[in-house]
Amino acid sequence: MSGTVAVIDYGMGNLHSVASALAHVGADKVVVTHDAAQIRAADRVVFPGVGAIRDCMAEIRRLHCDELLQLALTEQRKPVLAICVGMQALLDSSEENGGVPCLGIIPGTVRHFGHPLLDADGSRLKVPHMGWNRVHKVSDHPLWNGIADGTRFYFVHSYYATVEDRALVTGTVDYGVSADAALARDNLFATQFHPEKSHTAGLQLLRNFLHWNPAC
Amino acid sequence: MGLAKRIIPCLDVDNGRVVKGVNFVGIRDAGDPVEIARRYNEQGADEITFLDITASHEDRDTTVHTVEQIAEQVFIPLTVGGGIRSLQDIRAMLNAGADKVSINTAAIHNPELVREASERFGAQCIVVAIDAKRVADVDGQPRWEIFTHGGRKPTGIDAVAWAVKMAQLGAGEILLTSMDRDGTRNGFELGVTRAITDAVDIPVIASGGVGNLQHLADGILLGGADAVLAASIFHFGEFTVPQAKAYLAAQGIEVRV
Repeated sequence: MSGTVAVIDYGMGNLHSVASALAHVGADKVVVTHDAAQIRAADRVVFPGVGAIRDCMAEIRRLHCDELLQLALTEQRKPVLAICVGMQALLDSSEENGGVPCLGIIPGTVRHFGHPLLDADGSRLKVPHMGWNRVHKVSDHPLWNGIADGTRFYFVHSYYATVEDRALVTGTVDYGVSADAALARDNLFATQFHPEKSHTAGLQLLRNFLHWNPAC
Repeated sequence: MGLAKRIIPCLDVDNGRVVKGVNFVGIRDAGDPVEIARRYNEQGADEITFLDITASHEDRDTTVHTVEQIAEQVFIPLTVGGGIRSLQDIRAMLNAGADKVSINTAAIHNPELVREASERFGAQCIVVAIDAKRVADVDGQPRWEIFTHGGRKPTGIDAVAWAVKMAQLGAGEILLTSMDRDGTRNGFELGVTRAITDAVDIPVIASGGVGNLQHLADGILLGGADAVLAASIFHFGEFTVPQAKAYLAAQGIEVRV
């Protein structure tokens, strides 16, 4: 049983897809909300993110979503899945919008892919990194169940995360640089890619999240 | 290189119905965009583009509702274009479940819309659509201009320079349609495709003129496109998305299978 999944809504666009995908893979109940009581009462929390980091961080703080996230992570110790900008927001800071301090939950930084971005063979790579790229599994994790190493997921981002503690990296993606594609720490899992847009592989990851009971 | 080249079926939708006909075997309602989108999702399409050609903007609610229904059932990226004029229009489509919106004429009338939209919603969801047509050469060099109104109205704007400007303003992707080729089934206009893919650092989707699978390969290998968009070759069941991907893979093009 997945119980209730709260998708934290801080007003930054398309959360419909995340909620639909969770319902599609069998979530008992999905609420899209920034209401403190609902997030506190939920069994699982999804921390999505779309858009530019400065506005995201402003809204996260204004709506006290940062406190609710901390509560879920460290006191309630519920399973938490952060997606895309949601993952980037967990780090110390991002270069986007001229430099924005983030939540500092995981030490690390978010940097621009750079212009020009070159592949190993010297060919030019387009930014944003947009489309289906292979995720290299670095470590086993319950959220990777049924997902082969090298499976393609859908990415769309111009900034990429690098965390300091490399033991937290459970997936990487190569795009001119090696970027962190998935992070895992205790009851937290975070993806740079969009599982809700990654067809069967993405739905499998979300299904795994609904069945995940991290031993805390 | 790991990033796959994308294959994007396009649905032209008028008042909630797919036009230009769709002829899938066994489909219940050939005009239902939701069923067609679901079919392409099952086939392994990398994205779906939904082009709203509804003339009257009072009927926008129909489009929003259709986008919502598609987003509930299709778990690949969805781009919505056609008649997007304001930040409110963009927000409405994103809230309905679109991942990206495509801005065309409104960017020509108000280029700042692209900057504002990109700052507000992020470059990743702002696609600028360019309808280009070959015009008289300048100093022996080919030149393409932006046309509006389905290719009838010239704007005098150089297509390549425009693409560069849109990228600078914050577009995350260019959807390039050759109005000379659209509907001809003679293949992409590779000259303008190459010129624009070389000129900008953002991804470019080639569109207009696909009549066979070699055209898709040419758009990528010769035109340099990051993604290829087609309608009729898929709609009429001539080729499936997996057939297209197998064809591209056989030419050494990386695809998602």
